[in-house]
Amino acid sequence: MTSDTWHQRESYSFDRNTIAEIRRAANTGIYRIRGWGAKRVLPTLDDLVFLGASMSRYPLEGYREACGTDVVIGNGRAEHPVHLDIPVTIAGMSFGSLSAQAKEALGRGASAVGTSTTTGDGGMTEEERGHSTKLVYQYLPSRYGMNPDDLRRADAIEVVVGQGAKPGGGGMLLGQKITERVAEMRTLPEGIDQRSACRHPDWTGPDDLAIKIIELREIVDWRVPVYVKLGAARPYYDTALAVKAGADAIVVDGMQGGTAATQDVFIEHVGIPTLAAIPEAVRALRELGVHREVKLIAAGGIRSGADVAKALALGADVVSIGTAALIAIGDNDPGYDAEYRALGSAAGFWEDYQDGTDPAGITTQDPDLSARLDPVIGGRRLANYLQVLTLETQTLARACGKSHVLNLEPEDLAALTVEAAAMAGVPLAGTGWIPGTSS
Amino acid sequence: MSTAIDLAEVPLRQLNQVLHDAESGGFDVLNPRGAHAVACGITTNVTVEVAGSVGYYCAGMHQVGTVVVNGNSGPGLAENIMSGTVRTTGNASMSAAATGCGGLVVIEGDAGARCGISMKGVDIVVGGSIGHMGAFMAQAGNLVVLGDAGADLGDSIYEAVLYVRGEVESLGSDCVEKEMRPEHLAAVRHLLQAADMTASPADFRRYGSERQMYSFHVDDIDAELAEGAGAAK
Repeated sequence: MTSDTWHQRESYSFDRNTIAEIRRAANTGIYRIRGWGAKRVLPTLDDLVFLGASMSRYPLEGYREACGTDVVIGNGRAEHPVHLDIPVTIAGMSFGSLSAQAKEALGRGASAVGTSTTTGDGGMTEEERGHSTKLVYQYLPSRYGMNPDDLRRADAIEVVVGQGAKPGGGGMLLGQKITERVAEMRTLPEGIDQRSACRHPDWTGPDDLAIKIIELREIVDWRVPVYVKLGAARPYYDTALAVKAGADAIVVDGMQGGTAATQDVFIEHVGIPTLAAIPEAVRALRELGVHREVKLIAAGGIRSGADVAKALALGADVVSIGTAALIAIGDNDPGYDAEYRALGSAAGFWEDYQDGTDPAGITTQDPDLSARLDPVIGGRRLANYLQVLTLETQTLARACGKSHVLNLEPEDLAALTVEAAAMAGVPLAGTGWIPGTSS
Repeated sequence: MSTAIDLAEVPLRQLNQVLHDAESGGFDVLNPRGAHAVACGITTNVTVEVAGSVGYYCAGMHQVGTVVVNGNSGPGLAENIMSGTVRTTGNASMSAAATGCGGLVVIEGDAGARCGISMKGVDIVVGGSIGHMGAFMAQAGNLVVLGDAGADLGDSIYEAVLYVRGEVESLGSDCVEKEMRPEHLAAVRHLLQAADMTASPADFRRYGSERQMYSFHVDDIDAELAEGAGAAK
């Protein structure tokens, strides 16, 4: 005789989510498109811990001793380098994927704490330029809304080669979000399912990119820095090539990086985790003798001051946040739980940024929904969150005896798993063992 | 009276800064010798004549005035042009007028691959032939080709309009031949005049989007069955 639980035993290979996806695919004939980032279990920065000061290290007093957080990007080449007061910046997210109110909130929050925000695939809006004291202008394969006047109004230029959610893929914006304003900015018919180009139209490799960067610098009279953003795939080689091409900063976006709309199969199965990507990028910078000169901006799944501090200890100069910034301004707000449930989800699980039905008014172009987000309040929430990230980062840096957060180093870290030790190049906790490098 | 700037004597940076600072006037660029980014980012009503061939991105992001290259042009000629006129008397390499938003780009010779890629409103007139993947993902504007077009013309095209006088090797996805109506004959006539080229508009054929790729095709078998069950009741 068998029990009911035996009859309801879930298959590991064909669990309920897998079965639901097969049924969905069979019904619709289209791949799953969604927002957010990778949801699968991955090696993360959680797999590292700080060792802290003890007998052989002196900590700094938590609230009394200075612990610097500022970073300068583009010193040396650009007439006006970017000065960030904190080592956390806001990642590129387009108007179109986000509402104008959300873009304004991001600008307000970032500006309040002296950091930058970034445009996205679709051009620069007045809302974000007007409310961002430091604005990075993305230069993307689609060139939607690309305007040399906006290029000159930017504080930095970011040439986007790829993003962590989809290295090798282009952007998407589905028809329900291609409103009249979005369509006009992108020179597209209203309501179409927009699929952006995945490669740049006028250059095809690192040698071409070097010339492209010179052109961009010439157009802005060498005033502002040029970043290159990479989806984390082959960060060692890609970083080296971006340095050769002349980048002032390199953004490496791990596979946890978010997206407004991408195929699920892309989000979950292309690219490598942020933990694995940072050390490889740093290795390239060190070998070329430009570590800390060409700045490394790490992105993809950064959530806390612990993540920030660990990324910096591994060798990044700055981190970039996207998903966390949206949550800070109101994404997945429990106050809208009933509405999320009416959409088949729930607060804390909402990922359908592609649908334009966001109850929180962030990932939508619906005027009524967008109006729900107060950009002033959203900006304050983001500023508070960025402040907490900075305070947490300083707390950990002081505990390791560092008077500047950029003084954190791999020696301050240990790994909790063999995998993390191998990826991060730091010893497995309690041992001196770094897999692949020591016995 | 034009001002001569000799790239054998001064660096590219100095040339472009002079052009960016000028409010008007004529400039002759001597000895370009394949230099990249020549006369890019012009924002005022200047006239620039380049005596020889240039490299990548000549007249990139051009906004006002005229740039004439008396020679061949490398990749990305007049990329993202916003307005004004850019002309090359010879051939242009790949991605000529890529992502151009407005203005006129004239190529008296042939153009390489991806001419007019992602064009967003620019008018392009090519006296010779164009290579493969011309007008790939072209969004708006007009491309007139007096010669032939290579493979996969207009692949994934949006609302740009393509006119070709010669042979088209093949059309790309979602690109189809369309009827030449009187307004299209008039448009070709106008573009030929603007480019200072002679041809009969009646000899051209028009190509554009079939608009079959504008939206994902999404089936819904379950809804269909539910509807059928409802009707049976």
